Amino acid sequence: MNAPTSAKSLAMPAETKSAETKPAEAKPRQEAGYNYAYLDEQTKRSIRRALLKAVAIPGYQVPFGSREMPMPYGWGTGGVQVTASVLGPDDTLKVIDQGADDTTNAVSIRRFFAKTAGVKTTTRTEEASVIQTRHRIPETPLKAGQIVVFQVPIPEPLRWLEASEAETRKMHALEEYGVMHVKLYEDVARFGRISVAYDYPVKVDGRYIMRPSPIPKFDNPKLDRSPALMLFGAGREQRIYAVPPYTEVRSLDFEDHPFEVESWPRCCALCGAKDSFLDEIIVDDQGGRQFVCSDTDYCEARRAAGHRGPA
Amino acid sequence: MTAHPDSAVEIAAGFPDPVLDSQAAFRAILDAMAHPGRIATVGMQLSPPAPLAPASLACVLSLCDHETPLWLDDAASSLAASFRFHCGAPLVGAPDRAAFALCCGPLPALAGFGQGTAEYPEHSTTVICQVSALGDGVPMTLRGPGIDGGQQLSVAGLPDDFSAQWAANGALFPQGVDVILTQGQRLVALPRSVKIEPEVGTCMSQ
Repeated sequence: MNAPTSAKSLAMPAETKSAETKPAEAKPRQEAGYNYAYLDEQTKRSIRRALLKAVAIPGYQVPFGSREMPMPYGWGTGGVQVTASVLGPDDTLKVIDQGADDTTNAVSIRRFFAKTAGVKTTTRTEEASVIQTRHRIPETPLKAGQIVVFQVPIPEPLRWLEASEAETRKMHALEEYGVMHVKLYEDVARFGRISVAYDYPVKVDGRYIMRPSPIPKFDNPKLDRSPALMLFGAGREQRIYAVPPYTEVRSLDFEDHPFEVESWPRCCALCGAKDSFLDEIIVDDQGGRQFVCSDTDYCEARRAAGHRGPA
Repeated sequence: MTAHPDSAVEIAAGFPDPVLDSQAAFRAILDAMAHPGRIATVGMQLSPPAPLAPASLACVLSLCDHETPLWLDDAASSLAASFRFHCGAPLVGAPDRAAFALCCGPLPALAGFGQGTAEYPEHSTTVICQVSALGDGVPMTLRGPGIDGGQQLSVAGLPDDFSAQWAANGALFPQGVDVILTQGQRLVALPRSVKIEPEVGTCMSQ
């Protein structure tokens, strides 16, 4: 198999995808034997209350009674519980994992909600009313009315700097964030720049420091004043937090070392996009490699519109 | 509806479809909380007894259960049996102990409700307050998270000093109460993060 064909089979499986991932498909039937969207009503109510508090206090982590889900921790149990509490029969759900609609995690979560909630699913960002995501924000600009649910492994931005929950809670209460600036300063002193590539800390509405979940810092500007509602769920750590629409989300930096996103000299090998976040993929056994869009829906839409990359 | 010992207690009807109606009501409230000052509508069929508005009933039914102490003002106290039956919420006499408060009469002082603590600001009361009109009455401009620029809102039936009370509530941020205003099937949320500016022009005219 030559290199470009193999790369296409990796990055373009949307063209050969099964019926359940086709955009704007007919509404599936809800599986019998489960409550709507799997969770019991009391759990949903408690998560809904936590969500309302999270929206009212932007960036603050609200504790909630996380439940065991039929998936392991680290696979998005927090995000799934938030989605289950939010989702209704009129919603259209999109699930992405590292930008891709077709990875195991994304496919199984999408199927899970198609079965238990009977919702329509899609891979198109602009068609979705609820987007559950692991580690990316779609390249297609989000719209007002959309809800993005982030899967969060570790919600506490100060955790690697201070191990004690009692201490970090006090630091948030007192807005005592000096230690975070010292950490970023030490980066500048050692490497000449802030060397955080993902999960780059942000300050929400000028008050709480927040982890944006492990999105690349390339995606941080998309959080700022986004018209969409951003909800974050950490299942193992039992925390929910939120960024309301049109809210200032500032990536931490220094005057003389301002925040900036990475740029690459390359474009996507398949669609030629220069403005999207690229994944490096190995395409053969000889060490051949290509850079392709991490957001498969964005790449596919560009190719459908006639854009072509060098590959 | 006050229950005489001999009379049967009248129970208000709940959601026709408890699961999907709870979800729909929650999404209306979430949408309102994420867009302060914007009027949301709860669509399901509810016909609660006076003085309760359908939107107020939808809020209580979709959010309250045995984990949420509920405080009722005098006007709403006739509904105690209904809320016990549908939600199992413990009814508390002290407003500062309540997770949710329902006011069908005049809004009491916001400072009397639970304000949360600096470390747990979410331990504050969410006040559901019925007003006489939404979209009509005293005009104000809202600013803050969830609002692109400024959001106009007019409300009739709030206390005269509500702006001052709200400013004091905002000064406590991240502590402070969140308010949901209801009228008929409509509701508006005022999360603690939102700032209220009185409409210019009324007091600044010569």
